Amino acid sequence: MEELLKVEHLVKSFGTNNVLKDIDFSVNKGDVISIIGSSGSGKSTLLRCINMLEDATGGNIYFHGKNVLKGEVNEDNYRTKVGMVFQSFNLFNNLDVLENCIVGQTCVLKRKKDEAKQIALEYLSKVGMSQYINAKPRQLSGGQKQRVAIARALAMSPEILLFDEPTSALDPEMVGEVLDVMKTLASSGMTMLVVTHEMAFARDVSNRVIFMADGRIEEDGKPMDVFNNPKKERTKEFLSRFLSDKKQA
Amino acid sequence: MTISQMNFFQRMWYILQRYSGSLLNGAATTMIIAIVCTLFGCIIGFAVGLVQTTEPKKGSGIIKKSLLKIVKWILDAYVEIFRGTPMMLQAAFIYYGMAQLFNINLSMWSAAILIVSINTGAYMAETVRGGILSIDKGQTEGAKAIGMNHVQTMMRVILPQALRNIMPQIGNNLIINIKDTCVLSIIGTVELFFTFKSISGALYTYFEAATVTMIIYFILTFTCSRILRWIENKMDGPANFDLATSDTLAFTSGMTKYNKTTGGTH
Repeated sequence: MEELLKVEHLVKSFGTNNVLKDIDFSVNKGDVISIIGSSGSGKSTLLRCINMLEDATGGNIYFHGKNVLKGEVNEDNYRTKVGMVFQSFNLFNNLDVLENCIVGQTCVLKRKKDEAKQIALEYLSKVGMSQYINAKPRQLSGGQKQRVAIARALAMSPEILLFDEPTSALDPEMVGEVLDVMKTLASSGMTMLVVTHEMAFARDVSNRVIFMADGRIEEDGKPMDVFNNPKKERTKEFLSRFLSDKKQA
Repeated sequence: MTISQMNFFQRMWYILQRYSGSLLNGAATTMIIAIVCTLFGCIIGFAVGLVQTTEPKKGSGIIKKSLLKIVKWILDAYVEIFRGTPMMLQAAFIYYGMAQLFNINLSMWSAAILIVSINTGAYMAETVRGGILSIDKGQTEGAKAIGMNHVQTMMRVILPQALRNIMPQIGNNLIINIKDTCVLSIIGTVELFFTFKSISGALYTYFEAATVTMIIYFILTFTCSRILRWIENKMDGPANFDLATSDTLAFTSGMTKYNKTTGGTH
């Protein structure tokens, strides 16, 4: 199994607040990893450190064996290969749907306009948004925005996609459409790292689940094992709390 | 009938008839200076605003960092000085200073344009800085996440949105410039206010000349503000969008054609 990404002793603190404490894990090609845990456990910060939107305080991140934090890979270049989908979509408000998926390809990857358009349309149709290519982000619903954001990330031909709570800002009825797109992606062999509160997705779609608490990885294993036989007390607590919450709702 | 026998309206009519050429010339000069200087001012403002919102890269060396700091300090000084002193004095300072210190005799046009542009630039710099800071941080992160560098992020994503947000302020600056070019009469620029002074000096009809000139100023500013409002609405784009479809039967209902092979609706 080819190792794509390796995180080693990653530490991140905001002032005196240590958000990530010695994170170690690696991602193989084709992995679909769900990162779960309560709010404030450092899940999002971990993703943002991997994408270098936050500066890690310490530790190393290797991409194909090259240390990205030590500048062995060009930062912008690295980011094209590690795509990111945000909780708040972050579509470019001044561009329409099609342009949103083209601009990165032409100005970063230097693809020809026609080629970029082809690729953009291909992915927009994959996420079921080809009808909306003329729309501006403000004219779309949350679920539609998120699907466009996924298409935009895919159009850059990334090797791994990071999802930062992609469905948390969505109305319940829109969560499904975005999860469906992510399921299709997962089955197509895309390497994905998903921070999520959707336990069903974590259990059914991913091949590995990482449970984080207080800036540490508490548990890391197959969904079956983590959900059915959690080793740590904290994992049990989290899962039972989460499942009972769901039942009440 | 002599001027002293005329009533208020007859005097205004007399001024309009006799000085229409000078008034038009003055108005044209005022408008040219105002428009050109607002444009130059915007360019200066964008350049300064961009530098002021640039953060040094994480890995960059101490020399780069301190250079950026020095440049920022100089730009800060420029903004503060030109916002903090009257343009009338700036005009005198630059025009006579250039002549006395460097032996450069600026022409009426170059002096006027230089002074008003620099002054507008100082105001615009702050406006642009505010415009850039007002754009949601997520936009920058979205751009960075697909590998755009600082310049690409600014040019493709942030500045177009900031420009839309500060359009009202640019329009405001244009209108201020139309009125404020009148201080250039101190260095002999023959614009609308200078024309007013000449007319009232020649005929001793201050009230009537002032009324006529004010009306002309108002027509200029009001027209500009309406045009700018129209441009703002244009920039927002249409309120609706067309669904793209490859179903030919749907075209009649107003949907646009979506070409599967070449893509797009155009």
